[in-house]
Amino acid sequence: MEKFLEKSIPVRRKNLTFWQKLYIPAILSGLKITMTEFFKPSVTIRYPEERTVMPESFRGRPVLVAENGTERCVACGLCARVCPALAIEVQAGETELGKERYPERFEINMVRCIFCGFCEEVCPEEAIIMSQEYELVFTSQKEALFGKDKLMKPIEEVQTRLDFLRKNR
Amino acid sequence: MTADIIIEALVKIGLVLTINLTLVAYLVLAERKVSAFIQNRLGPNRVGPWGMFQSFADVGKLFFKEDIVPAAANKFVHTLAPLISISVAISTFAVIPFGNTIAINGQEYKLMIGDVNIGILFILALTSLGVYGIVLAGWSSNNKYSLLGGLRASAQMISYELSMGLSVIGVILIAGTLQLDKIVVQQGEYLWGVIPAWNIVLQPIGFITFLIASFAETNRLPFDLPEAEPELVGGYHTEYSGMKFGLFFLAEYANMITASAVIVTLYLGGWQFPFLEYLGLSPLVMTLAQMGAFAVKVALALFFFIVVRWTVPRFRYDQLMDLGWKVMLPLALANIVVTGFFLLFR
Repeated sequence: MEKFLEKSIPVRRKNLTFWQKLYIPAILSGLKITMTEFFKPSVTIRYPEERTVMPESFRGRPVLVAENGTERCVACGLCARVCPALAIEVQAGETELGKERYPERFEINMVRCIFCGFCEEVCPEEAIIMSQEYELVFTSQKEALFGKDKLMKPIEEVQTRLDFLRKNR
Repeated sequence: MTADIIIEALVKIGLVLTINLTLVAYLVLAERKVSAFIQNRLGPNRVGPWGMFQSFADVGKLFFKEDIVPAAANKFVHTLAPLISISVAISTFAVIPFGNTIAINGQEYKLMIGDVNIGILFILALTSLGVYGIVLAGWSSNNKYSLLGGLRASAQMISYELSMGLSVIGVILIAGTLQLDKIVVQQGEYLWGVIPAWNIVLQPIGFITFLIASFAETNRLPFDLPEAEPELVGGYHTEYSGMKFGLFFLAEYANMITASAVIVTLYLGGWQFPFLEYLGLSPLVMTLAQMGAFAVKVALALFFFIVVRWTVPRFRYDQLMDLGWKVMLPLALANIVVTGFFLLFR
């Protein structure tokens, strides 16, 4: 017991002034703080009704940029090669268009995707980019396989991200 | 004639009880909303517009919850305790005048349920009965945390009831009566023709001690040691679930309403609204305006109760006892002495 007392840290007691001992001024200043906070607007976002507007630097789900209804992608396969989670699968095919190659099948397994943005960084055509979308819900593994139908997005909708990449890459 | 009195009393009881219980429901919502606003949140807003029906949904949920009684608990007392709490909390409102007289079909009715000539004593007696609910709950649960909570409640309530009663004596000395309606009527006068002679002006120290004691009596936050979630799990209602817990919860808020009403009646002029009589209103409008004034005053007092809860942290137990016995009691006694001398030599 003695030993314990020696080791114990002495309690720091300040000599309070009369006003501090009264409690009431301290309580009043506390009330002032709570009342000013009371009238400040809340910071809550009512999620299903309101949504956060994401900045352009946000890495949401990857999408394929579509120009005039066709994808920019030339099926070089670099994104599939660089993907650390092995989430991307590309199958190339030939086309009559100027780019000559196009992805017959382009699949991203959204369960595997880690949103690292390497595919976007490595893409020579600016064809795959990270969008601002962050709501991803699936009820099965199969549903999480996003094919071209789900990945294609018209260029107008992702223009801000493209501008951001031009400026910062 | 007797039938008339009974019907009158029943109508008043029905009215006051309905208003009181509805108010309890909305007080819970108000507490959650105010706390949310203070913390820059929104608070409940899913059930009905602005969360209006949240409390009713909560009570509905509590009704359907399993009512668990610990195997080693005293079942009879375990059931009795919340009933004591809620009935005491609600019945205290019986002697509080919430308006002047109202004339219906040429007959004057007093706007209070029980016109007893010992109103203040009745209130003090009933509030001290409230501690039984908590102590019995703590004891019957057969749980050490509950017991600790119950013991704390009894110690706290006894210490603070003393200074509460003593600070009320100042009011009684000035009014010369224990009847609450007469105390309110006397507060309708003016000092030097300008300042309303509310007891808060005449008895500032008494008001502060009474206010602090009311906080302790209702177990509200700076003094919620009987519950003290971080130390005692849930205090006396650790072992309560379902609607039995709900009754304790409702009792806490009903107590708050009663405490606010008592504060308003004794110190803030009751249903008096300064200079209202100079407007020349008809008696009925006047009475309604006075009832409105009473409601607004009680609402403000309740708001104060809530804001203080979200401002001041809990006292330590020794600080609580220090404050009760070394500060509040001497202050209340000094208040009586000063008031007595003042009344003697004026």
